[in-house]
Amino acid sequence: MADMSLKKTPITEQPPQERICNFKEVSLGYTADEAVKEAGRCLNCKNKPCTTGCPVNVRIPEFIAKVSQGDFEAAYDIIKSTNALPAVCGRVCPQENQCEGKCVRGIKGEPVGIGRLERFCADYMMDKQKAAVKPEPNGHKVAVVGSGPSSLTVAGDLAKLGYEVTVYEAFHTAGGVLMYGIPEFRLPKEIVSKEIKALEELGVKIMTNMVIGKVLSVDELIEMGNEAVFIGSGAGLPRFMGIEGESLVGVYSANEYLTRINLMKAYKDGFETPILESESVAVVGGGNVAMDSARSAKRMGAKNVYIIYRRSMDELPARKEEVHHAMEEGIEFKLLNNPVRILGDENDRVKSIEVIGMQLGEPDESGRRSPVEIKGSEHTIDVDTVIMAIGTSPNPLIKKTTPGLETNKRGCLIVDESNATTKEGVHAGGDAVTGAATVILAMGAGKKAAAEIDKYIKSK
Amino acid sequence: MFKIIRKKQLNEQVVLFEIEAPFIAAKAEAGQFIIFRLDEQGERVPLTIADYDRQKGSITIIFQTVGASTMKLGELNEGDYISDVVGPLGTPTEYDDNIRKVAVIGGGVGCAIAYPQAKKLFNMGVEVDLIAGFRNKDIIILEDEMKAVSTNLHICTDDGSYGTKGFVTDKLKELIESGNKYDEVIAIGPVIMMKFISKLTQPYGIKTLVSLNPIMIDGTGMCGGCRVTVDGKIRYACVDGPDFDGHKVDFDELMKRNSTYKKQEAEHICRLTGGKRNG
Ligand SMILES: Cc1cc2nc3c(=O)[nH]c(=O)nc-3n(C[C@H](O)[C@H](O)[C@H](O)COP(=O)(O)OP(=O)(O)OC[C@H]3O[C@@H](n4cnc5c(N)ncnc54)[C@H](O)[C@@H]3O)c2cc1C
Ligand code: FES
Repeated sequence: MADMSLKKTPITEQPPQERICNFKEVSLGYTADEAVKEAGRCLNCKNKPCTTGCPVNVRIPEFIAKVSQGDFEAAYDIIKSTNALPAVCGRVCPQENQCEGKCVRGIKGEPVGIGRLERFCADYMMDKQKAAVKPEPNGHKVAVVGSGPSSLTVAGDLAKLGYEVTVYEAFHTAGGVLMYGIPEFRLPKEIVSKEIKALEELGVKIMTNMVIGKVLSVDELIEMGNEAVFIGSGAGLPRFMGIEGESLVGVYSANEYLTRINLMKAYKDGFETPILESESVAVVGGGNVAMDSARSAKRMGAKNVYIIYRRSMDELPARKEEVHHAMEEGIEFKLLNNPVRILGDENDRVKSIEVIGMQLGEPDESGRRSPVEIKGSEHTIDVDTVIMAIGTSPNPLIKKTTPGLETNKRGCLIVDESNATTKEGVHAGGDAVTGAATVILAMGAGKKAAAEIDKYIKSK
Repeated sequence: MFKIIRKKQLNEQVVLFEIEAPFIAAKAEAGQFIIFRLDEQGERVPLTIADYDRQKGSITIIFQTVGASTMKLGELNEGDYISDVVGPLGTPTEYDDNIRKVAVIGGGVGCAIAYPQAKKLFNMGVEVDLIAGFRNKDIIILEDEMKAVSTNLHICTDDGSYGTKGFVTDKLKELIESGNKYDEVIAIGPVIMMKFISKLTQPYGIKTLVSLNPIMIDGTGMCGGCRVTVDGKIRYACVDGPDFDGHKVDFDELMKRNSTYKKQEAEHICRLTGGKRNG
């Protein structure tokens, strides 16, 4: 008989006042006992609604059954058979819109903590993994552009089939957003590094500092003997609002702010990358990127951190847990407000941001109620730093330098149902195709693309 | 890892490195740059590609040891390695086929970047007046090299200790006023110099190209830190530049943006040099 408690088994977290002074992980994860207890809440439904909510169809009730029996290794193997990066997904997936959103236990009370259990299994197995056996080479070469979750999945799946895979990454470190975007306190970088090391053990070659479209073109990758190319270059181009004052000193894109902190470790002693010492920070936007920027700013020592978002709490696109954590950490939510301009002092350094109040009108075509300005409600908030986290789009560099590669009007690569682009031999997936989305969708696309690339090469 | 195969101290503060980087050397063009990261803890710093040797697979960079990172870089020697070098970044400089005569202006270490431009133009058969400005005689760099790729080389020093006394702007003005007809002026050096050269050439209607050096991280368009205002529009120097029409650049904004981390830099250098340089 299942444990019928309405709430998830509590998880230990660093207390807010403590964690805003460090970059260590917020959630400490379940212990084995806690995991077994939480697994006991699963009803093992026959029709598995949770699994249908998972973009990569992890066999959730099955793995949870193993957890409840204390067979964590078997549980892990079940997850791993469809999800290449469980330690990452358990931490960053928007479970409330996916598996947990469909959980029957969520109708009355809280859903089963599927994400927490996934993370537990992955963490439990972290140091117990057998070294990968390098598969027999099959004599075919594939190039992968970018090293975010979509690319890592393609590389891993193809390497396991014996392909000689080379990953080309523009930055000096592989991992994509997992490395430069999502902060340490949500996703320790050591986890990502381990995943990349495991790929290298499988024989994947990772070349960093290689900007494809500059140092080598996609056509040159093909000329070098790669029979297929996968493009997983993400959606890294930041958007600004186009309002007055965006070039003032102290206005960052979230990409720049987070890269300085996460990739370049501006928060650590001994690292050279500078970052402004901010006292009051306005973060514009309401997604995960905005929450990450705000919470990072707090940890960098800012006293006041505001989230400025033009819709209301119900529309915040960020993961629920991040919003909850941000509130606990003292981030102030200035909802239903939209920036009008940024004001500077005599040295052109940010001194305040002017916002206008908004109210929600009729729902637009996406079903979200669109915000409308309230005339005369303008007011300023004193800040010395503004971080723009209002979205990103794919970088046009590869499209510009690759004849035959088509994008849609949002700059996203056009692919068919087999993830093939408009150019022969070139597949694509992840944010480069969808625009900014999620880790799990990028991985799902990678999984599919790898299978299609294998089919494509074998049918030649 | 990228190996330093040649080091030459050009003056007390300016160093030349030739670095083994076959992929970059195969593609580099005048006007492009690289971003280096010295080691695990280093920051990412852009430097223009001063020269390249496709056959040897090497590129040359010339830098002034002014910031914390370039000071540390300058301490490396032949045979040492730089952790990361990425490039070639930016859009190569484009010149009209029908230009006949240009003035290339280099200010200080900017001469290292002006030099490959002069070389390219000179080899295209263009008449090149090269004006190189330095504070004083002791810090003159690349004199022979510049002489070899120019029709006339004019060296100016602020204190008159070598060549003509005065600023490069004075020299350029003199040359224009004395009847030299330039199809284009190329100015590379401190922002303030590029600003005044552009101001000078505007009334004469001479097309003026400047090479901008904003703060950068990735160099591929993903951070927006390098944004500059050109003709009232935001442009990313790392992908749309670094060359821009000098008559349209908002130099004052660039100078202010470049001073973003002045405080942090000063503290940092202070730590590195034991306080000697606190500026
Ligand atoms: C701050 C932040 C927080 C997020 N939080 C979450 C979250 O909690 N949950 C979630 O599910 N999703 C989250 N996301 C979204 C998620 O990270 C992305 O959807 C996912 O990483 C996309 O993966 P990808 O493989 O398409 O590309 P990316 O991870 O974007 O990686 C692309 C890689 O390609 C490289 N590249 C680009 N151009 C080139 C080139 N020309 N040559 C070589 N390499 C190139 C880039 O440097 C980068 O490393 C977040 C994103 C950000 C920015
Ligand atoms: S350096 Fe980041 S966008 Fe130009």
